[in-house]
Amino acid sequence: MKLITAIIREAQLDKVREALIEAEIKRITVSRVSGHGQQRIEEMYRGQIIVPDLIPKIKIEIAVNEEFVDITVDAILKSARTNGTGGKVGDGKIFITPLEDCIRIRTGERGGNAI
Amino acid sequence: MKSGRKKLVLVLVLLLTGISGVFASDGAKIDSGATAWMLTSTALVLLMIPGLALFYGGLVRTKNVLGTMMHSFVAMGIISVLWVILGYSMSFGHNVLGGWFGWNADYFFLKGIDTNILDAGIPEYVFTMFQGKFAIITPALIAGAIAERVSFKAYCFFIAIWSVLVYNPLCHWVWASDGFLFNIGAKGAIDFAGGTVVHISAGVSGLVAAIYLGVRRGFPYQVIRPNNMVITMLGAGLLWVGWFGFNAGSSISSGLTTAQALVATQVAAASGALLWIIIEALHQGKATALGFASGILAGLVAVTPAAGVVQPYGAMVLGASASFICYMAIQLKNKLGYDDSLDAFGIHGVGGIVGALLLVFFIRPSWMQQAAAAAGGSWTVWNQLGIQAVAVGTAIVYSAVMTFLIIYLLDKVMRFKSTEEDEMAGLDRSYHGERGYGMLNAN
Repeated sequence: MKLITAIIREAQLDKVREALIEAEIKRITVSRVSGHGQQRIEEMYRGQIIVPDLIPKIKIEIAVNEEFVDITVDAILKSARTNGTGGKVGDGKIFITPLEDCIRIRTGERGGNAI
Repeated sequence: MKSGRKKLVLVLVLLLTGISGVFASDGAKIDSGATAWMLTSTALVLLMIPGLALFYGGLVRTKNVLGTMMHSFVAMGIISVLWVILGYSMSFGHNVLGGWFGWNADYFFLKGIDTNILDAGIPEYVFTMFQGKFAIITPALIAGAIAERVSFKAYCFFIAIWSVLVYNPLCHWVWASDGFLFNIGAKGAIDFAGGTVVHISAGVSGLVAAIYLGVRRGFPYQVIRPNNMVITMLGAGLLWVGWFGFNAGSSISSGLTTAQALVATQVAAASGALLWIIIEALHQGKATALGFASGILAGLVAVTPAAGVVQPYGAMVLGASASFICYMAIQLKNKLGYDDSLDAFGIHGVGGIVGALLLVFFIRPSWMQQAAAAAGGSWTVWNQLGIQAVAVGTAIVYSAVMTFLIIYLLDKVMRFKSTEEDEMAGLDRSYHGERGYGMLNAN
């Protein structure tokens, strides 16, 4: 089991979700986060250009069994990249971490079946 | 005594005919009571525009909240400027081009009315600003039909052109003393405060624009949820308050008609709101806050053309009927699948049509007697219904055709619909470089 954590652009959320649903990955957790990578954005307030030091992003967390890791990663890569498919600084990152266990609260099931 | 009563009747007739007879005259004295109320009304109608911004702003997604509020706010800028330059002249000048719109060189930049006082006893400046607020809110209403997917630049050009080519001529036909709908039939088409001019024209234009633009990305499968119902409720409340200026102010006086319109407004809003949540509770099991707000608006829209001629029971029935029919219209919209995002047509278009037609069944008898006298014998409800139908039909056809033409031509010059990237990123970020709710982020 793996936990896939993707940090993506806010604007790409719809596309990423559509791609995941198409790949039959339907159990996800989404949160608003702020962070800092290579990207700089500019916002404008009363004519003054402001560069926020923390940029708003979307974090998606998906727990999957081994055979779904590549499917999930491909779906995110395909949909989160901007600038055609060329990609742009700020498109985000995907982290994959091993997942020790998973428990479904309703039934108490454990492991791969509970995902 | 007798001549006193005669005078009173004359004044009443003058008041009941709405804004006819407010024009011209040298040496009219300022009636400070009427002027004070008209100043208040002018401010109240302006308050409706930030109210509309809050109402619409809360209903869209977080990424579009500022862009949507700007649709209302920018109208305060664009239309105010246009109104002073040529809007007032086109609306309330003398017939030109066969009565298509009006023109009066004195009204160009308002340069010739510096010291004018109308027969109603108010400075013409007050009247022109009062009317100007109606011109502002009308195009802002259209924005509800095309929310979340329209280019800001194209929207600005659209409302400017729409205001000149659609609003001003309609306003002239219905409210100017030589407008053709003002003079049709025995006592003209009844549109006390803007059922045809404001709500039907905005609603129908919104429908045309929504269909032309097509749906938002992901509609209707993706859930498009309001970002903040609290500001929507606040906006609906401000609209209700402001509507007293809209309707009671349209008496252009401070007297009996004002009071009649005020009561009709309150009663229709209340009955509309109540009926909406009752229908919802029966149909869907829960009475929603948005349902209550929608009912308020449906009731207010329906009583807008009628406020000067109906008694309280009539206003109550009108408000409730509008709620019922608007509710049905929105159910039908969901089946038809066009994307009138915030129901500008479903509430303003449909509610306006309901109000303008059904009002004939509740006209107070004194109005009918005057109409009969003016017609030289008899004037029935059905005669007036025919007149109302002509006015409604004119507003629907004219605004639909002109809106289509304006958008079609404008779209050739600049893209009207947002690009997919702009729509996904949200109007706030794409067109304004800001975000509505900074506090939700760590910095």
